[in-house]
Amino acid sequence: MLPAGNLRSLEKNLALRARYRKERFMMALVGLGTGLAFLILLLVLAYALSQGAGALNLDFFLKDMRPPGETGGGLRQAIVGTLIVDGLGLLIALPFGLAAGILLAEYPDHPVNPYLRLLSDTLNGMPAILFGLLAFILIVKPMGGFSGLSGAFALGFLMIPILARSTEGVLALVPKEIREAGLALGLPRWRVILSLVLPTARAGLITGVLLAFARAAGEAAPLLFTAFGSPLLELNPLKPMDTLPLRLFAFAISPYEDWHRQAWAAGLVLFGLITLTSLLARWASRRRF
Amino acid sequence: MLPETKETVGTHMESKGLVVRYGNRVGVGVGGGVNLPIYRHRITALIGPSGCGKTTFLRALNRMHDLTPIARVEGEVLLDGENIYAPGVDPVLVRRRVGMVFQKPTAFPTMSIYDNVAAGLKLVGIRDKRRLDEAVERALRGAALWDEVKDRLRTPASGLSGGQQQRLTIARALAVEPEVLLMDEPTASLDPISTQAIEDLLLSLKEQVTIVIVTHNMQQAARVSDYTAFFLNGEMVEFGATESLFTKPKDPRTEAYITGRFG
Repeated sequence: MLPAGNLRSLEKNLALRARYRKERFMMALVGLGTGLAFLILLLVLAYALSQGAGALNLDFFLKDMRPPGETGGGLRQAIVGTLIVDGLGLLIALPFGLAAGILLAEYPDHPVNPYLRLLSDTLNGMPAILFGLLAFILIVKPMGGFSGLSGAFALGFLMIPILARSTEGVLALVPKEIREAGLALGLPRWRVILSLVLPTARAGLITGVLLAFARAAGEAAPLLFTAFGSPLLELNPLKPMDTLPLRLFAFAISPYEDWHRQAWAAGLVLFGLITLTSLLARWASRRRF
Repeated sequence: MLPETKETVGTHMESKGLVVRYGNRVGVGVGGGVNLPIYRHRITALIGPSGCGKTTFLRALNRMHDLTPIARVEGEVLLDGENIYAPGVDPVLVRRRVGMVFQKPTAFPTMSIYDNVAAGLKLVGIRDKRRLDEAVERALRGAALWDEVKDRLRTPASGLSGGQQQRLTIARALAVEPEVLLMDEPTASLDPISTQAIEDLLLSLKEQVTIVIVTHNMQQAARVSDYTAFFLNGEMVEFGATESLFTKPKDPRTEAYITGRFG
């Protein structure tokens, strides 16, 4: 054991005091940054609650919007429309996003991969409104009018690169031993991917799908000239449909007090929907073994 | 370079001038490539220090290098006289006849014990429940695991111990009835009791299959194998009956290694 005097001189040699001071300073900086990020979230939430909570009642979910001047009504048509347009978009994006992710992760030496990766990186950073423009040219113009379906395509285009990236990332985490063990059993490669690799990565894949869904649910720009919006409940995806971000935008730039309140409420519902999806994603990816 | 041997069982596999390259680096096959016979229903051990190329050689025997983009294989590997690297040979068919067990026990984490063992059969479309049940029981008995798991076949395989999982992967490999079983340090991550169980298992398995085992452990090679090949720096230095290789090695490098002077 060292005598106390030695310990003190050792402490001086290591400049421990200065190092502890530095550590406390850095911890304080990290805490401050975290607090600031949290504060912004709280401010948005608190302001939206104070402005929109009054409009959030049962009618908000069960009734369609009213014309300006009339009070009451709800945004049922936008909530239902969001689920339909976003859900259809996910269905469109899923096969392409998953396939691209699988190709990138499982066939690293495939000749199209460098181009695929460049494409998915570029699409990931592309402004969302351009996906709307693409859907306008590809779907709206040939079909002769705005529709929920064209909005679904716009959101689908947006989700494909997100899905491809998350799928690639999740599959890369599956130990290569699982693939080799499957191949050593004399299984063809596609069978190993389908029956061994994908089930092992299932939780992560679901998380990626839900996060893509949540990301697209909040987009208004790609829907401006595709889904277009509708004041009435519309279940036919070949007709124009409303979504929450579209309605939020339309109400927020209107001159009516009542609509402003409902815009805040729409924001709250959207916030709730995205939080719920994220929670679902975390639940799906919890550790079970 | 084949050793004189009184073996009457004949060769099951044979490598001829085998070289495996990773990019420009030679992984195994320095000095003219590896020529090595693998006798039917015998255990052949591959020994040598880390990085000597023994695992690289083993993986060439069922075309596992196909998965590594930078790996290139030259020369021939004969399975019953047929070159498995000949154009038009399907690696899937090769691997069905030549199975492999890896160093790390890799039970499929999402599957039950039963499904793990049946995986090689079920996933190629065999649905007949009687046949699957029989194959699973036979494979688990063959791997000396049946008594320990017969009452919990439907529970997740991830609940088994490391030693049990390794015997499960052996059972899984046996279930598809391969002719040759390649084992890459199958006991490296196991405790002495599990190691003993697997060594006993190897001796009983050679009635059914030809075994090639890579091992770090020279005592293990001496205990279980009939033939031993010694690898050093990517070169196969010496091959012979295990007893004669360990008692009167011909190459001074083999002697230095087995007497513990390096490696």
